[in-house]
Amino acid sequence: MRYLPLTDTDREDMLARIGVSGVDELFSDVPAGKLLTEPLDLPRAKGELEVERIMGRMAAKNVAATSVPFFVGAGAYKHHVPATVDHLIQRSEFLTSYTPYQPEIAQGTLQYLFEFQTQVSALTGMEVANASMYDGSTGTAEAVLMAHRVTRRRKAVLSGGLHPHYTQVVETLSEMANDEVVALPADVTASEDILAQIDDSVSCVVVQSPDVFGNLRDLAPIAEKAHAHGALLIAVFTEVVSLGAVTPPGALGADIVVGEGQSIGNALNFGGPYVGLFAAKSKYVRQMPGRLCGETVDADGQRGFVLTLSTREQHIRRDKATSNICTNSGLCVLAFTIHMTLLGQAGLSRLAEVNHANAVKLADALAGVKGVEILNESFFNEFTIKLPKPAAAVVEALAEKGVLAGVPASRLMPGAGLDDLLIVANTEINTDDDRAAFVKALAEVL
Amino acid sequence: MLNRQGRPTQAGDAAAERHETFTGNRALQQIEPLIFEIGHHEATGVDIETPAPFKSRLGSHARQGEIGLPGLSEPEAMRHYVRLSQKNYGIDTGLFPLGSCTMKHNARLNEKVARLPGFADVHPLQPVSTVPGALDVMRELARYLMTLTGMPAVALSPKAGAHGEACGMMAIKAAIAAKGEGATRTVVLVPESAHGTNPATAALIGFSVKAVPARPDGTVAVDDVKALLGPDVAAIMLTNPNTCGIFEPQIVEIAAAMHEAGAYFYCDGANFNAIVGKARPGDLGVDAMHINLHKTFSTPHGGGGPGAGPVVLSERLAPYAPVPFIHLDGDEARLVEHTSDAPEATDPFGRMTAFHGQMGMYVRALAYMLSHGADGMKQASEDAVLNANYIRAGLADLMSLPFPDHPSMHEALFDDEWLKGTGVSTLDFAKAMIDEGYHPMTVYFPLVVHGAMLIEPTESESKASLDLFVATLRDLAMAARGNDKSRFTAAPHHAPLRRLDETRAARQPVLKWEKPAAVKDAAE
Repeated sequence: MRYLPLTDTDREDMLARIGVSGVDELFSDVPAGKLLTEPLDLPRAKGELEVERIMGRMAAKNVAATSVPFFVGAGAYKHHVPATVDHLIQRSEFLTSYTPYQPEIAQGTLQYLFEFQTQVSALTGMEVANASMYDGSTGTAEAVLMAHRVTRRRKAVLSGGLHPHYTQVVETLSEMANDEVVALPADVTASEDILAQIDDSVSCVVVQSPDVFGNLRDLAPIAEKAHAHGALLIAVFTEVVSLGAVTPPGALGADIVVGEGQSIGNALNFGGPYVGLFAAKSKYVRQMPGRLCGETVDADGQRGFVLTLSTREQHIRRDKATSNICTNSGLCVLAFTIHMTLLGQAGLSRLAEVNHANAVKLADALAGVKGVEILNESFFNEFTIKLPKPAAAVVEALAEKGVLAGVPASRLMPGAGLDDLLIVANTEINTDDDRAAFVKALAEVL
Repeated sequence: MLNRQGRPTQAGDAAAERHETFTGNRALQQIEPLIFEIGHHEATGVDIETPAPFKSRLGSHARQGEIGLPGLSEPEAMRHYVRLSQKNYGIDTGLFPLGSCTMKHNARLNEKVARLPGFADVHPLQPVSTVPGALDVMRELARYLMTLTGMPAVALSPKAGAHGEACGMMAIKAAIAAKGEGATRTVVLVPESAHGTNPATAALIGFSVKAVPARPDGTVAVDDVKALLGPDVAAIMLTNPNTCGIFEPQIVEIAAAMHEAGAYFYCDGANFNAIVGKARPGDLGVDAMHINLHKTFSTPHGGGGPGAGPVVLSERLAPYAPVPFIHLDGDEARLVEHTSDAPEATDPFGRMTAFHGQMGMYVRALAYMLSHGADGMKQASEDAVLNANYIRAGLADLMSLPFPDHPSMHEALFDDEWLKGTGVSTLDFAKAMIDEGYHPMTVYFPLVVHGAMLIEPTESESKASLDLFVATLRDLAMAARGNDKSRFTAAPHHAPLRRLDETRAARQPVLKWEKPAAVKDAAE
């Protein structure tokens, strides 16, 4: 077996040195009858070539985003990632290292975490950011718990524009923890009256912008009313590229900002691994979940970085910890921070502008298709259209024509009466030809 | 003397014979500033054309003012991150015996297949009809996990071990609620030796935690568990093999006692790598167990993730598995994404995460399993156990074993009894290992052992590598006992940095880069 260095002779010598007659003697604590004697019903070892063939066959059955005109978003986005990113994250010293428990030989990881935290706080307009969560959805649930700790209240109000998966993750965790959740119904046109929900019993209000339907939301009035009642505003985003073009939530009064960072540096991967971004006002830092990297000095006075404020964490505080999170999204953080470093604010602004320009072009073109209505007043790179037919069937028909057109609202919210809505994303990867193919195919299908 | 960073180059006692350099660099060890110190606001390493003028639809939401982030050109960025990488220790650098973390070889085949466009460039919400291969991967991974554990169901979506713990404990909570005992069964038993994630998880979802005392031999006794059992107990969270590296001898009796009391057995599967192909949790009475794909099945640890934490479930818990999951109707696979859409006889407790979990990790883990096969995975477990016991045999006369009566499984646990009176602590010893070119073992965990040193070599080490490691630790041990104190207390001497001041970092937290005051003033 190519991954196992020991030879049979080695094994015999080692068993003799240990003083046992066979390896099963080392398994003597396994209760009688429970040690397997027969091999399990699985195939035997395979060579690299054969494994590559098997995996390749499975991969080939899927339609890749790069192979067709592709407009699918709703929480995960296809962007171009510079070749440099994937090369660098595969360097052994990054790929095969672990959580920097020994900072003297993990300064590479620690420095990029520190740089990442600085980048995320600048992007979101917040004072402090952590070293990542698993993804945007779990980060949102953790943000709600954090707000409960800060306010000592246990009721969250969720906007109807929040990604339904995020809503469900918050609801699941809250139900288990016996916390209250008020989830407003799906709000396609950003017209809900969330202010009416805020009173002195509310711990936090969770609002996504751009929301799952693509609308940009007015966060400032929500922050103002929340603060007047001692509640926190948790601002959520699923498309981090939008922060290159829109006012950051930190400037609008958000207390915690959480979002999905996949768009920068990370592939679609059928939903994971992704990277949760998590930022807050610095007065709440001791209630934050997850790892934090901080600056310090070594014995010679040289600048260095360490994991810090770990008295919040499970390995020290156990059942009193702010979260149970341990392993997070290290390598996805690295991909994010390299891509962001390559972009800089100049590149990010232009990337955001191209995304927005492409989406406006597509919206204008789709509005010209008979029976299609654009529902958004404002949007960034994603919007919702109303179709004269059920969107799920239209998407299937378009897929057969070689266009992946978007996410039917019914895929995320079955039974909400939104069957004729389609959520359409458009990033820098889409060309004029892609858009023309979409518009033509849609006209044919309708 | 100050170097170009304005820092002293006089690097303490060990550096006295070294020449200072003008740059502060030491050949391959380069001092690397932060991107904020070398980048510029107008610089970029990505060429993007400005679009033709168009009518914005951002409304009143357009960003005013700049973001405040520098960019780097591509060559500058490449050099920055390559230099950073050179300050890191990875499995590919050398032996990485971090107990409980399982730092085994990461095959690049697995990286290669995970990057096939059919896996990497597939969206979680594109039509299900366009991703049959993705469902194949999930089905096949599930089949392997269920076969290896002897369990009838698996929830794939949890994002890492602790997330898997939460998933398993939520299934238990849902099952208890379904029996109408939600209000009474509120206590979870957790041994003192457990990972910190166990009590944190129990508390996260509203359980209170009761500690099970550790026995002097490092195991959990069924009688101690029975003494704590009552109508208020929901479950036990027990790691097996446990965090002392011992297979719990009374695990079957403990499981039976839990079941008899109407409670559940959650097994922390962090150490499953010791017993793959040797014993099945399903045969031991386990109700739920997470599997760290990044430990047992070698998906890269990546400097702290991403992981993946699928949870295998017993017949009693299977109906409560969260969405999404694949439901097999004959040979027809259906992706169930909503609780409202759940098949009969299931009652999903909710959703753990957006989308379908860590697909990128599923692909890598499956490639690992296909490569090893049933025979290779069993051999890997045996070699991991053999290697740990070989190290133990090589050090037992010099370092103290807290639990000599049980064989070690995949990791050997020492305490600091043997360091008493030397003035050298476990931490000092670990830092001296860095100078010898090794990543230290896990230290000060598990908490039940004073000054713990938990050594897990994994199956990836050759005998020659183990022999050198043992010889090195013997040399260090003798030096520690021989009053060569400065080799330890001032260590590391040869790492990119000397020992870091963690207390200062926590007392005066600096969590991001701020423009130095002098620069700010000059700009104003």
